[in-house]
Amino acid sequence: MKKRFLIPVLIVLSGISLFVGVSSITPLDLLDFQSEETQIFLISRLPRLISILLAGAGMSIAGLIMQQLSRNKFVSPTTAGTLDATKLGILVAMLMFADTTMMEKMAVAFVFSLAGTLLFMQILDRIKFKDAIFIPLIGLMFGNILSSVTTFFAYRADLIQNMSAWLQGDFSAVMKGRYELLYISVPIVIIAYLYANRFTVAGMGEDFSKNLGLRYRRIVNIGLILVALITVTVVLTVGVIPFLGLIIPNVISIFKGDHLQKTLPHTALLGAIFLLVCDVLGRVIIYPYEISISLMVGIIGSGIFLYLLFRRRAHA
Amino acid sequence: MIQVKSLSKFYGKKAVVEDVSVTIQPRKITSFIGPNGAGKSTLLSMVSRLLDADTGEVLIDNTNVKKMKSNDFAKRVSILKQSNYMNVRLTIRELVSFGRFPYSKGRLTEEDERIVDQSLEYMHLSDLQHRYLDELSGGQRQRAFIAMVIAQDTEYILLDEPLNNLDMKHSVQIMKILRRLVDDLGKTVVIVLHDINFASVYSDWIIALKDGRVVKDGPTEEIIQSSALKEIYDMDIPIQDMGNCRICVYFNS
Repeated sequence: MKKRFLIPVLIVLSGISLFVGVSSITPLDLLDFQSEETQIFLISRLPRLISILLAGAGMSIAGLIMQQLSRNKFVSPTTAGTLDATKLGILVAMLMFADTTMMEKMAVAFVFSLAGTLLFMQILDRIKFKDAIFIPLIGLMFGNILSSVTTFFAYRADLIQNMSAWLQGDFSAVMKGRYELLYISVPIVIIAYLYANRFTVAGMGEDFSKNLGLRYRRIVNIGLILVALITVTVVLTVGVIPFLGLIIPNVISIFKGDHLQKTLPHTALLGAIFLLVCDVLGRVIIYPYEISISLMVGIIGSGIFLYLLFRRRAHA
Repeated sequence: MIQVKSLSKFYGKKAVVEDVSVTIQPRKITSFIGPNGAGKSTLLSMVSRLLDADTGEVLIDNTNVKKMKSNDFAKRVSILKQSNYMNVRLTIRELVSFGRFPYSKGRLTEEDERIVDQSLEYMHLSDLQHRYLDELSGGQRQRAFIAMVIAQDTEYILLDEPLNNLDMKHSVQIMKILRRLVDDLGKTVVIVLHDINFASVYSDWIIALKDGRVVKDGPTEEIIQSSALKEIYDMDIPIQDMGNCRICVYFNS
């Protein structure tokens, strides 16, 4: 898992991603700037690639931060109610404002996402039985409760159809003008990197952090705000991508440990690579149709997740 | 010098630590002893600012600890508690480097690297420095944490039951290191101990607590007396002199 190995893989896969699709585009077509191929390339293919890279890196880092701060390897936006709280937030935004703009949705969803995650961390503080598998199970239950509330109100307001668009991650609708919100995750990832050492210290516990003069609560809150921001921008632009924030940080942790300043770039790279692979496969398997990315990630990701669970049992 | 002035901590209506006033001498090992639930760890946590006291104050070299900045405090006082969460995959060297966090915020200078090297050397961990903590034995892990505290380079080192879960060999090893920290490097060590004989053999001063109050406070030879121990533990404990050590034979009393 060396960076000099991951970066070329990412570049090759990005190239493949740009030239795989229903309308065949070759690099030569791009020489003619006016051609239809170039237009498709600029309006659809390039935005699609960029959004996959940003979403893949962003969700993986969100998961990494959550695992570090909760000190549990199986806590992630998927398994701590963050995604479900975000969806509830989007629904509330759609109910509150008749003509919701992206910014309104984002603001409301952010509040819900952060509140949901904070609530889960509160629950975590109160649980005496800190089993590594028990805690994500509670998170999943918590998420399902939020999700049922969302479904209930969406049903009452006749928004089920509309909501299901947010339920499934899908990159096929990504086009120029519809994904730019994702760029917010670039500064967030940079901030996360600047705070990497503090997150690592916070991951060693409150007493440990205080001994080193770190203001523990503040660091945890900053971490959770970053997680909520990343999650909201990804869900709003491409939808829910499950498991990514769970498996990528775990795989990197096995090979590179938990020193965030060292593992954060690897986590971002592997997250982007994994999502790219899933996306390309999804586009190729039933060509010319497409399998949605959340399904692809769900299948491959749950397999890896199971492997991680059993591996843990074998080592324990 | 650490001065504790009428410190109290209540959980609900129950006082865990009640009106405790003690002075901790510099360049000595001071042991807190006493039965379970006497408030030893709570007292140590309040001295080290991990817990807020309900009443009273703690002065370090005549400055109230509440008035000190977290970062400045971390350069003067370090606290090591029993850590239950050891599933973080850090190498020994990475852990010890975090001892320099109050100074350099994670961007280690050459000076920091040198101090980390020295601390590893001091704890005989140089050969193991790239091993992950979760691959170590209990004794090695405890040594790694002490190496981190040494790298933190504080005048005061507070330890909460550092011998927990260690076998005899490693317990003796840790206590000898603490003795050297005081004798060679001029540190002040405050330690919560369960084994009275380790307290007897290694400490200069003993503070005994019971039900949240100080029952005995004095130099080791004054406390390791059958009459004093009777007051602390409600047990008749004969004392045997063996070489330079005073051993409490409590096993069949």
